[in-house]
Amino acid sequence: MSPLMGPGPEAEFKSFLRQGRFMIQRSRTTGRHVLYPRIALPASGETDLEWVTPSGIGTVHAITVNRAREGSYNIALVELDEGPRMMTRIDGVESVPIGTRVTARIVEIGGEPAVVFVVAGRAS
Amino acid sequence: MPAHPLRGRTAIAGIGAAGWGEAPGRTAMELMAEASLSAIADAGLKLGDIDAICAATSTHAFPTLSVAEYLGIKPRFFDGTNIGGASFEMHLLHAALALDAKLCDAVLICYGSNQRTAGGRLVSMSEAQWHEAPYRPRHPITAYALATSRHMHQYGTTRSDLADIALAARGWANLNPMAFARGPLTKAEVLASRMVSDPLSSRDCCLVTDGGAACVMVRADRASHLPRPPVFLLGAAGAHSHRSITQMADLTVSVATESGPRAFEMAALSRADVDLVMLYDAFTITTLMFLEDLGFCPKGEGGRFVQGGAIAPGGRLAVNTSGGGLSCVHPGMYGMFLIHEAVTQIRGDAGARQITNCDVAICHGNGGTFSSQVTALLGSASTL
Repeated sequence: MSPLMGPGPEAEFKSFLRQGRFMIQRSRTTGRHVLYPRIALPASGETDLEWVTPSGIGTVHAITVNRAREGSYNIALVELDEGPRMMTRIDGVESVPIGTRVTARIVEIGGEPAVVFVVAGRAS
Repeated sequence: MPAHPLRGRTAIAGIGAAGWGEAPGRTAMELMAEASLSAIADAGLKLGDIDAICAATSTHAFPTLSVAEYLGIKPRFFDGTNIGGASFEMHLLHAALALDAKLCDAVLICYGSNQRTAGGRLVSMSEAQWHEAPYRPRHPITAYALATSRHMHQYGTTRSDLADIALAARGWANLNPMAFARGPLTKAEVLASRMVSDPLSSRDCCLVTDGGAACVMVRADRASHLPRPPVFLLGAAGAHSHRSITQMADLTVSVATESGPRAFEMAALSRADVDLVMLYDAFTITTLMFLEDLGFCPKGEGGRFVQGGAIAPGGRLAVNTSGGGLSCVHPGMYGMFLIHEAVTQIRGDAGARQITNCDVAICHGNGGTFSSQVTALLGSASTL
């Protein structure tokens, strides 16, 4: 079957999440990871992407707290140890210092699974 | 090195404004059309002379079609490039290319929005990014707040530094009768303003106003025979870096570091030649980062550079003399308003806020979430 006949990387990523798995792509030849999921590595164009399980560990790269009448919540950029950065939230705290080590977990947001992070080493 | 072939080949011959601040009962198209007619009249031209349109708005899917129909223009050249607020600086370059190639003779570049009276919230057609959506970012402020958090972390930039930028903008606005937010403002008030998205508070955010602005560009030879002093396009260049803030390579560096040098090279100018600095100030952090990224101070020094009124009236560098998006006008997409002020200053028409010997202005547009950067250099006849 042509690769174009099956689900694309975005659908695959979401499908993994629904199975409770946080997966990211890595190029076999370059070893480079990419997130959000794509059909090829940006800039260099390798299409030899495979799904791998990341360590789930990362570092808070930037963070803000959105102040809203309905309740405040944080929005963070976490840099995974594998390299890519992703938008997420840090659960269990209002905010954390940039540089804080965090661990991924999958929770349900609005009825869909999503990857959030908690401070590493902290019991949930 | 020979001058770039586009340097000084085209000029802004007319500018127009409409409904800055609050324009109750007016639609975005009415404001855009009023500003356009004003710009055409200012250029000493008739509506029928316009044979090209560049436009981008927050509310029209096909803005050049909408403007052309409304005004009854049959454009030979049209460009609806939409890269957010920097679109209009890019339109200057595209208009110059089209004029120089004689694809058209008179280009109208225009914008209009009624987003203050239509709801008082920023209107955007920007679609959510699927991988960001679960975390409910409130763009654009979320992205700019994230970048600010990083700048503070890496360089020790403070909320007090950012407040100096808001105060400078207000200082200029107080000299501009067209500015919407005028009146005294203290640093204590800025620092005590409501936190919106840490570390950005309400006074770090641009206004949400109504307003239209437009300009008319022609070839330089024709501009010299029109009534107003021509303001020449000396150089312009743009750059893309990302669509989602997650993909911005370095949250503290915009690709103004690419557009700026390219524009200066085309203009055969350096920063020392610049008399007026117009920087897209959607948030205080954007002014600060563009001062760094365009080389007016070293990376990381923006906070210290703006301290103590350095960019306020009477300071060492004239920045955003209209009062900017922070205190003058910001109807969603602000790029056209940078150009309006630069032309006003170069003509010497800026009244109480007029800076002395304004021959070269830099207009730096920003779009998306630090996503697109376009730098344009405008100059008086003495720069040719």
